[in-house]
Amino acid sequence: MAKYDYVPSPFMSNPIVKWVDHRLPIFEMVDQQLIKYPAPRNLNYWWNFGSLAGVMLVVMILSGIFLAMNYQPNTLAAFDSVERIMRDVNYGWLLRYMHMNGASMFFVVVYIHIARGMYYGSYKAPREILWWLGLLIFLAMMATAFMGYVLPWGQMSFWGATVITNLFSALPLVGKSIVTWLWGGFSVDNPTLNRFFALHYLLPFVIAGLVMLHLWALHVHGSNNPLGIDAKGPQDKIPFHPYYTVKDAFGLSVFLIVYAYFVFFNPYVLGDADNWIPANPMVTPPHIVPEWYFLPFYAILRAVPDKLGGVLLMFGAIAILFVLPWLDTSRVRSGRFRPAFRVFFWVFIVVTITLGWCGAQLPEGIPLILGQVCTVLYFAHFLVFLPLLGWFERPRPLPASIAEPVLTPAAK
Amino acid sequence: MRSFKLLLAGAALVLSLGTAQASEAPEFPRQHWSHDGFFGTFDRAALQRGYQVYKEVCSACHSMKQMRFRNLAGIGLDEAQIKALAAEFETTDGPNDDGEMFQRPSRPSDRFRSPFSNDNAARAANGGALPPDLSLIAKNRKGGQDYVYALLTGYADAPQGVTVPEGMHFNKVFPGHLIAMNQPIQPDAVTYADGTKASVEQMAKDVTTFLAFTASPHLEARNSLGVKVMLFLFVLTGLLYAAKRKIWKGLH
Repeated sequence: MAKYDYVPSPFMSNPIVKWVDHRLPIFEMVDQQLIKYPAPRNLNYWWNFGSLAGVMLVVMILSGIFLAMNYQPNTLAAFDSVERIMRDVNYGWLLRYMHMNGASMFFVVVYIHIARGMYYGSYKAPREILWWLGLLIFLAMMATAFMGYVLPWGQMSFWGATVITNLFSALPLVGKSIVTWLWGGFSVDNPTLNRFFALHYLLPFVIAGLVMLHLWALHVHGSNNPLGIDAKGPQDKIPFHPYYTVKDAFGLSVFLIVYAYFVFFNPYVLGDADNWIPANPMVTPPHIVPEWYFLPFYAILRAVPDKLGGVLLMFGAIAILFVLPWLDTSRVRSGRFRPAFRVFFWVFIVVTITLGWCGAQLPEGIPLILGQVCTVLYFAHFLVFLPLLGWFERPRPLPASIAEPVLTPAAK
Repeated sequence: MRSFKLLLAGAALVLSLGTAQASEAPEFPRQHWSHDGFFGTFDRAALQRGYQVYKEVCSACHSMKQMRFRNLAGIGLDEAQIKALAAEFETTDGPNDDGEMFQRPSRPSDRFRSPFSNDNAARAANGGALPPDLSLIAKNRKGGQDYVYALLTGYADAPQGVTVPEGMHFNKVFPGHLIAMNQPIQPDAVTYADGTKASVEQMAKDVTTFLAFTASPHLEARNSLGVKVMLFLFVLTGLLYAAKRKIWKGLH
């Protein structure tokens, strides 16, 4: 895969390294893809969020494995086993809070990562498959997070699972059968909890596999950059190590401060108080809400008076991202050179956040109407604004190379 | 451009905060708790008084299934005190060699004894209402400990026009305002060993502190480790920032 002028690192001439590499070129891969890997010299801090997402995946898998050693996927024991982890397992509270708040952190990081890709046009040719793989990771994350939230078997676990699985009953003809099949019975119960636990353990490794493909696709053409133009030569690139290893490490450390704040000093704020009440099929909570990271999609679901329509629109909100590379008709990648796009991008961000707020409210009155308006705007962004912008917008002139504006500050 | 972004972000924030405030009803004030904040620790005296209120008042109807007597080390009791205290209660054990269940004095490893053998018995004894388990009450209600305190001190005469049905009571902060539980803490309901005057507010504050402890018994360990982790991360971040500056210096 090394298309660049690869000069091996000094350790590559070590006889043991040579012996191993002759049989399995693993050191060569690390050297080519991680150490000497040429990255654009102008990546800003928004490019940190990819590696942060990778770190969060590792944190979630590690904390999750230790939690699984103490968790019991049985409706009679699940809630108490989680409380036992919190109270009696050594540092169990730490593992649990890292995992619980880690899910939120993972989504924050991934949402910023996706938004960065949208702003700088990272989904455009030749990175469409890279974008798709990212979306598949996002979908797998959503499934994993949803099933993980069911495991503590609190009130919101149970009722959230009931509401979300029931969405499939909106499908004509097969809907009811699919729901029974998902549940493994006629309501959310022990078989549901068991299979959700099994799948919750499985899916992170599927994500890990998708991440490998994501990185593979990334390393074919390399990272996009804030200017959105291709590298013209070696002066536009710098080796990943030490430049981006140290930049990522610094960013990680800042991120960990935020993460640690939630884990140690505010571990409940991102969750729902109702989930500390054991699941009770006989008592419906007054207001069933999913975790904050699903709220924009929940608002879209409820914006449509028809159940099937709402379900289709909700899935459509993610499905539409798969065709984003073709809906955006502009040939300029970076939003930095697209004055009109920039306005629409920030409107889109505000629309999405507003949808999230609407999703947390009861679906009536102003939140409902606002949710409907924002749903229209959400889809209009992809189906109307982006296609038209490509034709009507006059992009600003692109710099000749990445190195030019970096090395000659006067050009700014 | 930058100002436009800020404007949008600001507008979104004001919108969300403003309406979030408006939709949260009823209101109750935030109390000062010694265990709040980065360096918060539980007030041991309040915890022990709060346990007394729980034991003498709340536990008549409410279970606390997540708590074991040994957890009372967290409120400042030593091993001998916990042993003696546990022995005041009986735990059902067995079956013995004859196949019989039997009663024995509780040990520190035993759970707090529930007042009723099951939920149906609890409902039958309380006019159809189920007294919730109190282990996690300070974090499984919206508003948490502030809500619990406001509820305990929130009993009042019903305002005009509100009819309170038989067996129900008016409370300012309970959702819907009609609660089956009678005002649980009456003035001087307990006699504090340390001489603290047992006013309703004092007992409510003490028992809420105890309930905050039973909901988060690891709070102090969490805070103290958290402060160390934060200090470490601040230093690490500073060092990494310096390293980043130094390494990137030659590039520009």
